[in-house]
Amino acid sequence: MIMVEHLIKRYGPHTVVDNVSFHCEPGTVTGFLGPNGAGKSTTMRMICGLTPPTDGSATVAGRLYRQLPNPGREIGVLLDASAQHSGRTGRETLALAATTMGVDRSRVAEVLDLVGLNAVAARRRVGAYSLGMRQRLGLALALLGDPRVLILDEPANGLDPEGIYWMRGLLRDFADRGGTVLLSSHLLREVEAVADRLLVIGGGRIVAQGGRDELLADTGTLVRARDSHALWLTLQRAALDATADTNGGFVVHAEPGVVGQAAADAGLVLTELRPAAGGGLEQLFLTLTAGATTKEAVK
Amino acid sequence: MTMTAEPTTETDSRVAAVRPSIARLTSIELRKLTDTRAGRWLLATIGLIAVAIAVVQLFVLDDAEQTFTGFLAPSLLPVGLLLPVVGILSITSEWTQRTALTTYALVPHRERVVLAKLAAVVLAALASVLVSLAVAAAGTLAAKATGGAGSWDGEWALVLNAAVIQLVNVLMGAAFGLLLLNTPLAIVGYLLLPTVWSILAAMISALQGPANWLDTSITMEPLYGNEMTAGQWGRLAVSVLAWVAVPLVAGLLRTLRREVS
Repeated sequence: MIMVEHLIKRYGPHTVVDNVSFHCEPGTVTGFLGPNGAGKSTTMRMICGLTPPTDGSATVAGRLYRQLPNPGREIGVLLDASAQHSGRTGRETLALAATTMGVDRSRVAEVLDLVGLNAVAARRRVGAYSLGMRQRLGLALALLGDPRVLILDEPANGLDPEGIYWMRGLLRDFADRGGTVLLSSHLLREVEAVADRLLVIGGGRIVAQGGRDELLADTGTLVRARDSHALWLTLQRAALDATADTNGGFVVHAEPGVVGQAAADAGLVLTELRPAAGGGLEQLFLTLTAGATTKEAVK
Repeated sequence: MTMTAEPTTETDSRVAAVRPSIARLTSIELRKLTDTRAGRWLLATIGLIAVAIAVVQLFVLDDAEQTFTGFLAPSLLPVGLLLPVVGILSITSEWTQRTALTTYALVPHRERVVLAKLAAVVLAALASVLVSLAVAAAGTLAAKATGGAGSWDGEWALVLNAAVIQLVNVLMGAAFGLLLLNTPLAIVGYLLLPTVWSILAAMISALQGPANWLDTSITMEPLYGNEMTAGQWGRLAVSVLAWVAVPLVAGLLRTLRREVS
């Protein structure tokens, strides 16, 4: 359970996080979306007590992070996979954290196995790891204390497609067992595939939040016909609200059934007819964060 | 939402709600001194230099000078110079290697981590004195076997002094690390600032009075001899306050407030 209330972070005249509030419930995966510099990482660091907020508060399991006696057992954190001592081996990195948290040393081997780092990789120094391996190590570190909450900043970064698929399953499973997950990403597809709830941030402000299905519900239907112009006229005639996409198709604000019927009535040959959800979030994301994308956080 | 999503109570017994003790954190910090290649080599180098100095002494010193004290004092030098670098690295590497992100996420009360780090370097400094004593003892035995004086003329005060020297050095390094939070800056600062101060004090007559109280190279000098007078201890205490306590407190405040990213 993560509760964020009116978090504000200012660096001089720049407001990097502007009155951000949201809740993450147990059993859900919340996708934290936003372009670079939108304030995702800063918000996450404030939740973890690493960055002092200018105003507002964040609690995990009902307490301020600093008040958690042994936070690693309550909340698993992966904020930056590259932030590990390059001279330490993967196993040693985990062993140090295990000792700090007071978890059994056998747990180290368990999580290494869980994230798919074999004995050879575990004995290597982190400096020799690829970004994907570092992400796996970071995830192992987050899972080490068997926490009920996970906060992951861009965990899919550097993972190969198979790794992304694997992580998706891992997080889904974690949430289905009653865990709370907050993960940030700019990989829209990744978040769309795993998150129940979406949180979109742009320019430091939450610009949209809600259930994934609810947010994507009105993204409509993608339709493409052999005769693009005829399809356009047909949609106009049927009074369906449509916008042309870049490759001759249309995104229509209606059910696929309705659009298909209109096309059939006009005797058109369709080459594609499907819910636009695949690209829907992308559209949502781009619209919602338009104008905020170029504002990099300035410290 | 699934049925298993029933929110668990905030104080779930499954969670070990016990914060790690300072003793445990200290053992972790001690382990961190040696679990990287850089750390191991630095410590090994200190030991090797101490041994090398003793060996050279066996060859170059007059037989009469090959005594326990004669071996002990020089063996303190490489430790005094390099062990503080270990102290600096222990603190600054958290920031340069960015492990602070993990360390302070696991232990949000940063002062506990800092305390553990200071305890770890203090233990390392005390251990280094034992190493110096062992090297000096080995040197003395070797001297005796090879025709040197090999006399055990040391006084216990000297062992105490050796411990004080290493403690002051290593804590001064740690204090600089804590204050500057940057490895090269802290090392250069630690090595250079006291020297610059010594040079300035030697050149500017107005500084010579204060230098007797504030220049650690002057106030620590008598520690290498046998007996320290109360006045010498007083001067040492004042210089330690200025070069160790002040940066330590300022550095602690900085570390507590600094944003970890």
